[in-house]
Amino acid sequence: MNSKEKILTAIKNNQPAQSGLPELQSFLKPDTEVLEKYINVLTAIGGVANVVNSYAEIENIIRQEYKEVQRIISLCKELSIPGEAGRDADAHELETVGLAVIPAQFGVAENGAVWVTDNILPQRVLPFITQQLAVIIKKENIVPTMHHAYKNIGNTDYGFGVFIAGPSKTADIEQSLVLGAHGPKTMRVFIL
Amino acid sequence: MNQGNKDHAALAERFNEDEPRVNWHDETLWWVRAKRDKAAHVLPEWEQLREAASQIKNNVLANLSEYLLQFEEKARANGVIVHWAADAKEHNEIVYNLLHANGISRVVKSKSMLTEECHLNSYLQTQGIEVIDTDLGERIVQLAEEPPSHIVLPCIHKKKEEIGAIFHEHLGTPAGNADPQFLTNAARLDLREKFLTRRAAMTGVNFAVAETGEFVVCTNEGNADMGAHLADVHIASMGIEKIIPQRNHLSVFLRLLARSATGQPVTTYSSHFKKPRKGKEIHIVLVDNGRSVQLGRADFRNSLKCIRCGACMNTCPVYRRSGGHSYHTAIAGPIGSILAPNLDMRKYADLPFASTLCGSCTNVCPVKIDIHDQLYKWRQVLVKEGYAPAAKKVAMLGMTFTLSHPGVYQFAGKAGRWVMNKMPFIVNNKLNPWYKQREMPEPPKQSFGEWYKKNRKDNV
Repeated sequence: MNSKEKILTAIKNNQPAQSGLPELQSFLKPDTEVLEKYINVLTAIGGVANVVNSYAEIENIIRQEYKEVQRIISLCKELSIPGEAGRDADAHELETVGLAVIPAQFGVAENGAVWVTDNILPQRVLPFITQQLAVIIKKENIVPTMHHAYKNIGNTDYGFGVFIAGPSKTADIEQSLVLGAHGPKTMRVFIL
Repeated sequence: MNQGNKDHAALAERFNEDEPRVNWHDETLWWVRAKRDKAAHVLPEWEQLREAASQIKNNVLANLSEYLLQFEEKARANGVIVHWAADAKEHNEIVYNLLHANGISRVVKSKSMLTEECHLNSYLQTQGIEVIDTDLGERIVQLAEEPPSHIVLPCIHKKKEEIGAIFHEHLGTPAGNADPQFLTNAARLDLREKFLTRRAAMTGVNFAVAETGEFVVCTNEGNADMGAHLADVHIASMGIEKIIPQRNHLSVFLRLLARSATGQPVTTYSSHFKKPRKGKEIHIVLVDNGRSVQLGRADFRNSLKCIRCGACMNTCPVYRRSGGHSYHTAIAGPIGSILAPNLDMRKYADLPFASTLCGSCTNVCPVKIDIHDQLYKWRQVLVKEGYAPAAKKVAMLGMTFTLSHPGVYQFAGKAGRWVMNKMPFIVNNKLNPWYKQREMPEPPKQSFGEWYKKNRKDNV
């Protein structure tokens, strides 16, 4: 018997009696204050929220707030910032990216997260390797909880998907919170 | 770090030598526990979430073999390579063979308690493979040549000055600099170079979805993603109990995990790995290592529901005051104490006794494991199987005799009170473990039995 058969046989012999799955529908309660909640939570976890009315406004903020940044990559066609990071490029080459601007499918009010998949990302490492991260979501695409989030995701296909909630952080040294462990030191979310 | 063959009590004694440090450790973990409470109390549906999580995990245990097969089939269809390991040794060999076949001798690894359980690092090192732990806390204990002392906060036992000294020695930071911000940045720069140059990355797995064949890895630092997305080969090690039935169930677990662990609403990154990048490889190693045996122990099987949040450690009065290393096993604290005896009853016979059975662990557990009941049940199994320490056995026999003979019991109580009043030095000395790190309370003048007899008469 190989290991797989050995493991499965042992499990089958030891599995307890059948036990049903819970219904999760009751967790899908509507919430009208998602925008305010989203902004509060994102701020609390070290992110910055900007409610904006146009892509031009986003460009202005980027120009003002990231003056020092040498290399910016935008995956947002509506912005006049150059988009690069092609799908066939070497991921390691993104090491010098100072700011990545990426559109996200939706935001989650209860935890400040945004959902991004490799259908958007040409290189999966981009939102992690960049020194700073900016994300654009539509106001109407903020959902109350993770239950709503997975309802949105449904059975969509992707190779990689990620919830990103704030800048990379650690508190491993005496529980002192430090932003910018390995990933971005800042995260800004433009809410359009 | 050599801890010899010392048991929990002896190792805790060593930890307790430095009282201010114990107090600091205690208070830091209680602070994390308080953050957990705050995050949990914000959600009116918290108890329903725990119940839902518990039910999903019960369903997983009842259908584990089917879900594993379904997961394997879906993962294969996604282009992921699935391996099965019956024990730690087989897991380690699979990992080594994968690295060897790819001509890789240096890997980065994000946090995985399973690889700690399997002692993967030391095995790979003897095979000439360099492993760099990339979680900051794990990197610190790795440089200090110690195991993690907590599953979520690996170097919670270390003071920043000690970390500064470790970094000064290994990373060349200025002597005496113990600023967390500065030290974190030094580690960031050092580890970036590692991420960019290593061709293989290892990660753990928090959840694996049977329905889709994807798996989820949660980190705050982003180290799992930095490793996996820059490497040619990604090897993910997972215990077979990490399976959940449907993608939708992730909503329940991701809402509970970080809130229970650190009080955050969610970890910074919840990464869903489904397919490898073009031209790259993802391997998953499914590891049993005693789990299928635990599944057959009706009283203990639901310890396999654990999602490794660490809430039971943060709340445990014994863990907080004895430190993670005193448990001499990869997973410390209350949950570790019910998992470890399954692997080796003789070696870990002391752990179920390292508890006051206060039940706080059970109350905070996000998947409703009856941790303190299992600690109590393990004690009975261990004594019955003959693994209890000799001194404890003699003491228990003495107690059995005393408690079943009322006359002896009353005499013993009276004698004890008399001794503590008239000759305290007989008990207040180094030979009595109850006097270690604490003062005994003043003995009452009478027993409850005597008090009751007297007051009952007066009242009737």
